[in-house]
Amino acid sequence: MLKLPVYLDSNATTRMDNRVLEAMLPYFTEDFGNAASRNHPYGWKAEEAIDYSREQIAKLIGSSEKEIIFTSGATESNNLAIKGIAEMYATKGNHIITAVTEHKAVLDTCKHLEKQGLQVTYLSVNREGLIDLEELAAALTPQTILVSIMFANNEIGVIQPISEIARLTHAAGALFHTDATQAVGKVPVDVESMGIDLMSFSAHKMYGPKGVGALYVRRKNPRVKVTAQMDGGGHERGMRSGTLNVPGIVGLGKAAEICQTEMESEMKRISELRDYLETSLLKLPESYVNGSREHRLPNVSNISFKYVEGEGLMMGIKDLAVSSGSACTSASLEPSYVLKCLGLSDDLAHSSLRFGLSRYTTKEEIDFAIECVEKAVVQLREMSPLWEMFQDGVDLSTVQWAAH
Amino acid sequence: MAYSEKVIDHYSNPRNVGTLDKSKTEVGTGLVGAPECGDVMRLQIEVDPETHIIQDAKFKTFGCGSAIASSSLATEWLKGKTVDQALEIDNMDIVEELSLPPVKIHCSVLAEDAIRAAINDYRIKNGLAPLEEKAHLH
Repeated sequence: MLKLPVYLDSNATTRMDNRVLEAMLPYFTEDFGNAASRNHPYGWKAEEAIDYSREQIAKLIGSSEKEIIFTSGATESNNLAIKGIAEMYATKGNHIITAVTEHKAVLDTCKHLEKQGLQVTYLSVNREGLIDLEELAAALTPQTILVSIMFANNEIGVIQPISEIARLTHAAGALFHTDATQAVGKVPVDVESMGIDLMSFSAHKMYGPKGVGALYVRRKNPRVKVTAQMDGGGHERGMRSGTLNVPGIVGLGKAAEICQTEMESEMKRISELRDYLETSLLKLPESYVNGSREHRLPNVSNISFKYVEGEGLMMGIKDLAVSSGSACTSASLEPSYVLKCLGLSDDLAHSSLRFGLSRYTTKEEIDFAIECVEKAVVQLREMSPLWEMFQDGVDLSTVQWAAH
Repeated sequence: MAYSEKVIDHYSNPRNVGTLDKSKTEVGTGLVGAPECGDVMRLQIEVDPETHIIQDAKFKTFGCGSAIASSSLATEWLKGKTVDQALEIDNMDIVEELSLPPVKIHCSVLAEDAIRAAINDYRIKNGLAPLEEKAHLH
């Protein structure tokens, strides 16, 4: 029996793995110590657990365990990285480069810094969702202190050319930060070989608990420092004060370990399911994949079904938990800015669905999803004046719309 | 966001989906909204030239559940009304009937606009003066 609605929104969050929960449980009760308590076994036990988690995470991302700074999640990590670098390296320069399709946690942090007088360049992306390396090279100046480009996009899953970005950034004497929230645990990430100086990620996107994440901060070649954005006890090498969330951190470590051991087989299975879903849905006429299909996470598919409105479509597939590029419910009525940055017209952006597969997605669920979406798209097109006009050969771009 | 039962009912069993022959003089067609706004409604009425009673009404809508429900409800209400009575349908009646939340009021406005546009088209086709623009207070 399928559990309804079928969950296909794993870019929003993932179900926590039972093995992760098991690892965490003792640290809520018996082993409740504060990792900063140096004088008794309760504290030692907690510290030991934290250190083990650092090792598990370090193995997954190819870093040293000393380079992991625990935070409350990727939003905090992004804030700490960007604001912390801007402050720490203020005497060196005042220019930051990022991209238009970044998560709001990066974009709004940059806007905040702009108000304080920093210069920010927002790189555009092409139809595939990829930045142009030549545009990046041209944007780098001696004043540039940081380039922050996400590893993989949360809406379309597109993976940026991380190593090349790092190389260009370093050649210009700047540091490279990447928001890898969607990538860590899903695709191989190696901070050494890829040349990443700072990297944000979060536990709940990789089958761990919510409310815990980390910022990788390079310690060697070069030694990177960020100015703390919260004052207090000087935890995490002085970069992030606050009593460590021991159970959460244990969960992040365990989640990282499982991802590392299972990534290869898991992603092969998930990408096959994703490709099956995508090929099946693309059989519907006038449906299009958004973003690069080649440079992409294995678990995401973002598809626009032309002439069908996304929110109406979501209502027709209420047995599927997915996300839409249409934001008809929000006050702004603006569709996804990420899809618009790819050059999609508003109507195509309104017509999109994002499918995010996970460790728990089954073939049966995908078959069910295909059936639901096909049925709803066909029904809604029957009801759509735009579909009828398209069928009649009307060029919709020439119609004078009476917008209200 | 949770939809009201009536919205779900109209969405799941839309009344009067379809197309009338827009070349006929008795048929008035209103096409309102724009694809980039995420809502397009086409509402059609077929009027008895003698009695001015709306014999048939059909719609097709590209939009969210509330937009589909608003236009479906409008076609239900239009049938059997005279053209003048139809003009009295106010968007707030639709809001009330469907329990639309504030963010969805624009769907009802669009439905009212579609009714007026269809009636206007019918009037122009039959040599009557077009309706005056109605200002919305939204």
